[in-house]
Formats: sequence, C-alpha cells, structure tokens
Amino acid sequence: MQKYSIFSLIKNAFSNHQNWDLAWKDPTPKKEYDVVIIGGGGHGLATAYYLAKEHKITNVAIIEKGWIGGGNIGRNTTIIRSNFMFDENAAFNEFGMNLWRNMSQELNFNVMFSPRGIINLAHSDAQMNTYARRGNSMRLNGIDAVLLNREEVKKMIPMADFSDDVRYPIFGGLVQPSAGTARHDAVAWGYARQADSMGVDIIQNCEVTGFDVSAGKINGVRTSRGDIKTKKIGLCVAGSTNILAEKLNMTLPIEAHVLQACVSEPVKPILDGVVTFGAGHFYISQSDKGEMVMGGDLDGYNSYAQKGNLPTIQHVLTGGVALFPFLSRLKMLRTWGGIMDMSMDGSPIIDKTHIDGLYLNCGWCYGGFKSVPSSGWTFAHTIAQNRVHELNSGYSLSRFSNGYLIDEKGLGTKTWIS
Amino acid sequence: MLNIKCPYCGDRAQKEFAYGGDGTVKRPELNKEVSNKEWDDFVYMRKSLRGKHIELWHHISGCRQWFRAQRDTATHEIFKTAKISEEI
Repeated sequence: MQKYSIFSLIKNAFSNHQNWDLAWKDPTPKKEYDVVIIGGGGHGLATAYYLAKEHKITNVAIIEKGWIGGGNIGRNTTIIRSNFMFDENAAFNEFGMNLWRNMSQELNFNVMFSPRGIINLAHSDAQMNTYARRGNSMRLNGIDAVLLNREEVKKMIPMADFSDDVRYPIFGGLVQPSAGTARHDAVAWGYARQADSMGVDIIQNCEVTGFDVSAGKINGVRTSRGDIKTKKIGLCVAGSTNILAEKLNMTLPIEAHVLQACVSEPVKPILDGVVTFGAGHFYISQSDKGEMVMGGDLDGYNSYAQKGNLPTIQHVLTGGVALFPFLSRLKMLRTWGGIMDMSMDGSPIIDKTHIDGLYLNCGWCYGGFKSVPSSGWTFAHTIAQNRVHELNSGYSLSRFSNGYLIDEKGLGTKTWIS
Repeated sequence: MLNIKCPYCGDRAQKEFAYGGDGTVKRPELNKEVSNKEWDDFVYMRKSLRGKHIELWHHISGCRQWFRAQRDTATHEIFKTAKISEEI
C-alpha cells in the first residue's frame, strides 16, 4: 500500500496526480470466508480492520448493500465524546477516545480529529446538580469533566443568549474538554483502506438476501452476488438491523427511527466547540468549512425513509434560535436523515446470539459515530475469541430480560422520545 | 408534514398528534401467570417492520382519542386509520 505523506504528495504532483493507487480494491466475492461482516459502515469497516490487525484474521469480507460510507457514517454530526455517567458507558467510550487520539497516525489517513470540547448547558439548579453528579462520575472513571458557572460559560460562548428575560436562562454547564469532532468520511475511508491492504475484501453493491442456518449454526450467507460460505457472521447494519433479524426469525429490542441533521451556509468562525442546549434537544458545532452543523430530536415515528419531515427541523431550530439568536439570520444549506437503530434503554448491543456464529452489533441510537473505534475493537474481539470482552460485557442482549439495563437517561422504552 | 386522518375529527396536520408506537403489541392477560419471555416480548421486543406498519397515534392537541393507523414506514404513506375498537 502506498503511504500517504508530504513526499508521496510531491512525487505524485509531477504526474498530475494521475497515478495514485486505488485506496481499496473492488473484488469479486470468494466462495468462502472465515468471517463475513454485513454492513460497510464505520462499525463494519472498523471491525474488519481490528480483526485483521489485532487477531490476524484476514480472510474476511465486508458486504455492503450500497457503497461504503453511504449510511450513518456519512450522515452524523461528527461528535466524539465520553461524557457518560454509567461505568459501562464511561469505560467503553473512554477506551474509544484513546483510539481516536491516535487514529490519523494509525490509519495513515487524516481523520481531522479535533478535540475542541463539548459543553452541556444547564438551565436550572436541578440540572446543575445532575451535571455535577455526572461530572463526578466521569472523573472517578478517569474522564476529564469541568463544571462551569454562568460567567465561565459566558466566556466560552459569549454569543449565546445571556439576557435576563429568556425562557431558559443559562445557569452553567458541564464541559468535557477532550471531546471533539472528526471528519466522518475520512474515518470510513481510512479504516477501509487499511483493512483492504491487510487482505479484507470490501464488496459493495451486494445485498444480503438470506442466511444459511442449520442446527443452530451459521453456514453461510446468501447475497445478490451469490452464496458465500462462512462460519462467522458479524451483523453491523444499524438501521437495517430489524430487516435482517426478521430473515433470521429474531425479534430484537430495537426500533428503526429517522434522525435528521442540517447545516447552515458557511460563515466565519464563531463557535469552536460543541454545544448542547439543556432545555430542549439541540446540539451544534461549526465545521471546518464554516457551516453550522445542527441536530436534535428524532422525527418520532418508526421510519426507514432516509429523509424526515419539516416540523422536526422547525422544532429543533426553535431551540437553536432560543440559545443562539444569531442563527435566525442564517440560511439552511442542507437537511438530511439517517435511520437509527434505537434500543430500548438507549445503549448498544455487542454480543453473541443464540445462533452459533452469529454476532450482533446494533442499538447505537444517537451515539454511533463516536463509538466506531471502540465498537470495532470490541466486536472484533467478540467475533475472533467467540466471547465478549470486558469492555462490552455490559452491552449484552440478555440485559433486557435479566434487568441489567444501561439506561443512561432513564427514559424508558419509548424509543421515539428518547 | 404528514397528513393524518383522525377517525373522529378527519384530516389534520401531524403536529396535532403524538406517536404511540407499535399497535399490534398486546399486554399479557391480567390475573394470569406471565412468563419472563412473554413480559420481555411485550415490553421490549419489536418487529419494526419496513413497509406496512400498524401503529398507535394520539390526537393529543385535538380530541385526545387514541387510534390505530396503517402506515408505510419507508414511504410514510398512510393507508388507513381506525378507532381502537375497530379492525384495521
């Protein structure tokens, strides 16, 4: 594989950049693989990469219905954080933070990880207490957290509405300084390029049509490009989880919902970190191009359409304008939607299943992007060793029946309001 | 915006309604021993179908009645709505 560097850039400039190697191949599916990963998104690509790198399993195929990076890895708002209260979530996501910090070097691909901090704003005394508690939990788990009062928040985001007559005045906020953003497409491409170089077959435009299961064991997968034999299948298909589960006669504690995001026209730098509104569901950051990147609530009904409706955008941006009045004068450039695999407690599932050789990775709700490296790493371990790693032992499928839910927000099983 | 036909009030804008989830889920019978699996299926397990999906809606900013709708989850087309007491 060609290494990307300033020297290779200069060298290729002499041939007008016509002679770069392809970043990954376009192979024809083989008859048999050791492991087949279904879903060529961030999680699937990262899983294949760590299978090859950490476990030396390179006879691996990634099967993707569309093109890699066309799903939620290219549709999220690129936020990376580990500001969780519960031990399971804290350990898992902080492990991921360490992978993020070295990702550009490790993948030889600039993912533009930029730890610019995240502020969760509080708008009442009660909310300040809750954030103090969460911040303390984070620090006990070795994650940086700083509780700010109103004046300290004002220094960080002076353009927010600090006037006295607002409906939800800013009382303070909880900051994780090491949180940040990254360029999401680069994450998919970086993992794809490295996985491919180690021998993983990335097979695009290949839809799974069925599974070959006998006597409770996986024997293979049927696809639109022929049958493929394998003993191990890793399912990382996010919003399509229920569709494939149905082909396996499985019912899961997952519902598919559409989540929208939007960006404004690009403007000069005004916001350096990520800010979340505590009195509604709204979060915002500014991309390197200058666009304000914003998101908020689900549309609120089961959906497989990768597009949403206007009332939700209007509702989300109402919160945005309440927080940052300057937003009202910006034009929106684009809105889009992605299908979330909403789990019943808001936490993911990375586990084995009752079918021997079938491994499940789903339930990412709003938080799939930041978990790409930690999910890939632990899922690769689970598949390779046929047992869960300590880091994902809490994310079991059985927790719903035995009562060990990881309900970070305690919102119950109405996935569409979480 | 979705245009939803409340069986009591007629066509209204989506903003008047609240979603109630899968309309085919049935609570295990009262005063009967309920197995763990039955309870899990009721509380947590969902088919989340792609295509025709029967679901509950609440006309929360209108007549406040609950009703069922049959809607396509891929196209958002609503085929039919019916009172809870009616077949759908």
